Amino acid sequence: MLVKLMIASLLTCFCVTPAISQTVMNFRSVKVELPTEERMFPGGDKAAAINGNCLACHSASMVLNQPPLTRAVWSAEVHKMVSAYKAPVSPQDVDAIIAYLVQTNGKP
Amino acid sequence: MVTTQGGLRRRTVLGGVGAACLASSLGQAEPTVMLPLGGGPEARRLTTAFPEKGSMILQRMRPPLLETPFEVFDQGVFTPNDRFFVRWHWSVIPESVDAGAFRLSVRGQVNKALSLSLHDMAAFSQVELAAVNQCSGNSRGLFMPRVPGAQWGNGAMGNARWTGVRLRDVLDRAGVKAGAVQVRFNGMDAPVVPDAPDFMKSLGIDHARDGEVMIAYAMNGTQLPLLNGFPLRLIVPGWYSTYWVKMLNDIEVLDRVDDQYWMKTAYRIPDTPNGRVKPGDTGFKTVPISKMNPRSFITNLTSGQRIAAGAPAAVRGIAFGGDCGVARVDISADTGKTWHAAVLGGDEGKFGFRRWNATISVSAKGSETVMVRCTNTAGVVQPPEANWNPAGFMQNGIESLPLIAT
Repeated sequence: MLVKLMIASLLTCFCVTPAISQTVMNFRSVKVELPTEERMFPGGDKAAAINGNCLACHSASMVLNQPPLTRAVWSAEVHKMVSAYKAPVSPQDVDAIIAYLVQTNGKP
Repeated sequence: MVTTQGGLRRRTVLGGVGAACLASSLGQAEPTVMLPLGGGPEARRLTTAFPEKGSMILQRMRPPLLETPFEVFDQGVFTPNDRFFVRWHWSVIPESVDAGAFRLSVRGQVNKALSLSLHDMAAFSQVELAAVNQCSGNSRGLFMPRVPGAQWGNGAMGNARWTGVRLRDVLDRAGVKAGAVQVRFNGMDAPVVPDAPDFMKSLGIDHARDGEVMIAYAMNGTQLPLLNGFPLRLIVPGWYSTYWVKMLNDIEVLDRVDDQYWMKTAYRIPDTPNGRVKPGDTGFKTVPISKMNPRSFITNLTSGQRIAAGAPAAVRGIAFGGDCGVARVDISADTGKTWHAAVLGGDEGKFGFRRWNATISVSAKGSETVMVRCTNTAGVVQPPEANWNPAGFMQNGIESLPLIAT
């Protein structure tokens, strides 16, 4: 009986030890406020299409941080936004956005 | 060779009197950092505007792309939660999560669908694992020729100790039906445009049940920052971060291969060794990105730094094996002509960062290039040439750092 108790207590110790090193979670609810972007694409009227269509989904920094790209690459990027990511951009504005990107950050 | 090592040519402008002077002389309202991105633009704002985050490199405000300033990697083997990189695809991100009301659903090809509270998750057997979380496109800004996408330096990676439960235990509780092929993971984020593809990723059923893939509820001992995926994040050790779905609230067991956009079209690599092709190549077959490759970085010296000629100089840094451990790290102080083994630091687990240190000596005055090279336990060595593919994924060329001996 005594032996059984000792074994039981040993087992208990053995089982409890890993539990002590366990991370005990007391989950706290989280409420944050994500910053919003105020920056627009520069260029006035020439930037009207890109400012009017693109900023709903992402801030301008994503585009302004790109390296100079060819017309073919800029065109593929804008068409991907429309076809794959379903950006509701009129064909006329697609052309104006590509023209803006090529003019402001294009390369041969 | 990657000649422009992120963080090593950087001219950091933050804090202190000198920084304030420089910032005002440039007419800048906030501190900036220069990333060594050939062809530019190199300047990035440093921001402290994000919740639960310290100073981070702002790649994009919304949805957030925040890069870890490289000096953080010199401070320890684990990356602090408030400096850990952040990457979201869609800008509809819940700004509040009620820990009591949150539920993770497990459904699809299972015997019993589950709806698990955080309390339920904590009742599963707890596991812990150190693992590197690295964006598929880490270092994309260093690609030559440049490619479109998030223009990261080398800071879209981090190493944390993840605590949570085995995915296998959760799947077994639901009971996976015969005929299950993949398991799909979805988080609480959503696209702005309703018919745009919700961000989801899938793993093969055997991978999902391998006992290593886990669902984490803690990161470095505390609950995850919201921007790193609170309350639950999938951890796929050795695989790129795209699979580490944040704010995980839906697991669906599929009886087919997932053919939605984020598996079928996005995050694909050339089906070639190391995902490598030549610029201009077309017509190659593609496969979903998967396992990481080995990398190593010098963290205590910066590009162009002066060292004393003929005197020993201490060099240290981090390495990781990718999908397995680090076997060795070698250092060259003569542009790769000769290599010497670095001393490896403590082993926190095969999927984590491994610190290393070495002593170099440059005898002649003038410029010299120091290089670092990791060999993983599978025998894979970092390639001497920078990697390249059109999506800017899987960079792991040997890093090189120009120094000036005086």
